[in-house]
Amino acid sequence: MTPRQILFSLSPLLVLLGFVLSVLFFGAKPVFLWTDVLIYILVLSISFFMVYASGKAHFRVPWQQVIRHKLGMVSLVFLMVYVVIGLVDSVHFREQVENKNTDSPNAEVIYDGDVLSLLDLLVEPMRIQEEKTYSAPFAIHLFSKETIEHEDGTRTREYPRLKYAGAHLDNPEDLAGDVTSKTLTGLFYGVAFWILLYFLTTIFVARSRSVSIGETLLSLLRSSDGVPWRHILMSFAFLSILIAVLIQLAPAYHVFGTDKVGQDVFYQTLKSIRTGLVIGTLTTLIMLPFAVLLGIMAGYLKGWVDDVIQYMYTTLSSIPGVLLIAAAVLMMQVYVANHPDLFETDSERADIRLFFLCVILGITSWTGLCRMLRGEAMKLREVDYVQASQAFGVSHFKIIWRHIQPNVMHIVLIAVVLDFSGLVLAEAVLSYVGVGVDPSMHSWGNLINGARLEMAREPMVWWSLLAAFIFMFVLVLSANLFSDAVRDAFDPRIRKQ
Amino acid sequence: MLNYIIRRTFYAIPILIGVNLITFILFFVVNTPDDMARMHLGMKRVTPEAVQQWKEQRGYDKALVFNTEASGTDKFTQTIFAEKSVELFTFDFGRSDGGRDISYDIQQRMWPSLAIAIPIFIIGILANITFALIVAFFRATYVDVWGVIACVVLMSISGLFYIIGGQFLIGKVLHLVPISGYDVGANAIKFTILPVLIGIIGGIGSGTRWYRTIFLEEISRDYVRTARAKGLSEAAVLYKHVLRNGMIPILTGAVVVLPLLFMGSLITESFFGIPGLGSYTIDAINSQDFAIVRAMVFLGSALYILGLVLTDISYTIADPRIRLQ
Repeated sequence: MTPRQILFSLSPLLVLLGFVLSVLFFGAKPVFLWTDVLIYILVLSISFFMVYASGKAHFRVPWQQVIRHKLGMVSLVFLMVYVVIGLVDSVHFREQVENKNTDSPNAEVIYDGDVLSLLDLLVEPMRIQEEKTYSAPFAIHLFSKETIEHEDGTRTREYPRLKYAGAHLDNPEDLAGDVTSKTLTGLFYGVAFWILLYFLTTIFVARSRSVSIGETLLSLLRSSDGVPWRHILMSFAFLSILIAVLIQLAPAYHVFGTDKVGQDVFYQTLKSIRTGLVIGTLTTLIMLPFAVLLGIMAGYLKGWVDDVIQYMYTTLSSIPGVLLIAAAVLMMQVYVANHPDLFETDSERADIRLFFLCVILGITSWTGLCRMLRGEAMKLREVDYVQASQAFGVSHFKIIWRHIQPNVMHIVLIAVVLDFSGLVLAEAVLSYVGVGVDPSMHSWGNLINGARLEMAREPMVWWSLLAAFIFMFVLVLSANLFSDAVRDAFDPRIRKQ
Repeated sequence: MLNYIIRRTFYAIPILIGVNLITFILFFVVNTPDDMARMHLGMKRVTPEAVQQWKEQRGYDKALVFNTEASGTDKFTQTIFAEKSVELFTFDFGRSDGGRDISYDIQQRMWPSLAIAIPIFIIGILANITFALIVAFFRATYVDVWGVIACVVLMSISGLFYIIGGQFLIGKVLHLVPISGYDVGANAIKFTILPVLIGIIGGIGSGTRWYRTIFLEEISRDYVRTARAKGLSEAAVLYKHVLRNGMIPILTGAVVVLPLLFMGSLITESFFGIPGLGSYTIDAINSQDFAIVRAMVFLGSALYILGLVLTDISYTIADPRIRLQ
């Protein structure tokens, strides 16, 4: 590795260090949840893998094909927005609380019981502005009638004004005008930001190709180098306008309404992104070493090793997945209930459950990949160059590392990206069954579950469902489209056609 | 053939023992029966007597694997492992933590589950194959491209939304069928239509795409070219040759799940209030009735292994070249 590559692969760590230092600077106490640490490890290993793979032709060539895939790249841009939100939500800390008895010299520093993340700071208005109960999107009145006592002593039943949403409006009729003007302002900022992005992309491409910036400016729009720059820039435009408009609107109104206890639904869906991503990625990270190692060992070493590994995965896969997860999560609930002293805050308890859910999902989902790798390794061990290495006395470990592993990596990569969307969908179902993430944790499953009970209400409370639907659908759809692009590029059977 | 089936049954035994051990460890070793009793009786202010009584009522008051107080073979048989786990092999599920006979409940509840699961399975497969054949017929045209995109979009919607949307549209807006509930006999039909319909629609995306790949793989084979060269119409090629040769991968996916249809669908049944095995399991999970969950895990594994054997047998029917030895 060149120094530049090492710097690149360590850059996520540097960014993280910067975050932690800034948290410390403001007098807060950094909190490293289990899943946080694993996310950092994941990001680090992905950047290492990218550096490693960029030097290997069998990764670089298919990757070029992914980059030329229009739908694949557009969905990658959307995925990246989710990933950034999820990462910003993965730096946690506890704020310092003012100590009442500051007179004593060695007063202990007290930290708030709530674990916050950087995302919470960014969207602070949405987090704090809690209404009384349900309110519709962009509403400035509560969803249910209340008895209001007037100054002259009379009482009427009416929809009271919301405490925060639209509180700056003197006259309720101004609502439409205010929303329009805020949208237009957001539109303006969005376009401005897009132009900035456009120039940055141009400079980046121009530098890496060593052509003049003026030339690149137009060639990007024509996508003349095969990379669908026009589509990428179009998705940039869509996203930056959308985000800018939301930044304008979200502090002043509840864009997706509020839930039963008056919490902003848009805030909840944003927080759910991290949960979804964690389930989709960490599960894979946890199961991957087992699946790869055991699969290759079973196929390559054969004999009793093969028998034992086969027995292990047949047994595990014969238990219906949901039931195994349910049984394991139930048992973990009993454990946590009996050991309350192990967890300092509620977030830590919820987080350990999320971590455990990833582990148990990983245990139920590694068998498929393991079986595939076993079959592939069995074929590869009969190949001439492997036979030759064996005849030369190369150790098994070295043969597996040098010859088998590079030849099965595409299977691993395809399995990883294909599994992701299924896991995100599984989270919602498991949370509904009651064996998913902790009920106190923000997740799409919990959001749907909470809203489902209000289906029978007249008029219906639909906005929580809508918000969860949109956010989940966009994430899963982009993940599906992107994984298709990756599979088309990396699967040799498809590539031939 | 008979030999093969008998041998496969013997192979199943170590796997079932493994499943049994896993559930035993999960349910009794990770957390002791005392923990479970406290969880059930409420965490705080539980007297040791109450815990003891709870355990005695359910037979959890014995030693886990080795009873030092008993004599002779009783040392092994008078244990939780022998009474709760080994007895599952005789399909004697015992009593639930709530005191009901689990085997009786299963017999009662499997019919509603089957009433939902079998129509979804059969009509679903037929619909998926039909759509996949249409898409394969128009391969490399806009029908194919948009068909695949539609499949991906359908796949990207969570199953929960299909149910919620279906209930809202058909049950609440159009008032065609009741939103949820169940009845015996012919009256059951009006309750089953909606779950079946939603089950089929929910599976169309991934199913069609999966079968399409199978058919496209077959289409590129030599015998298909020969069939076309003979002058057969494209429809005849697809229907007579491609479909029949695609049966092996289709059977692999379909027959395995056949026995599992008994278990019903957790989500569908609980949303529609159908008193099947799926909602039975969900209720058990929510009320933390470990005996039922344990029984369902064992039953599910046994059915899955049955499905694997059935798959092998179905191969010989679909493809006479395959001989089971």
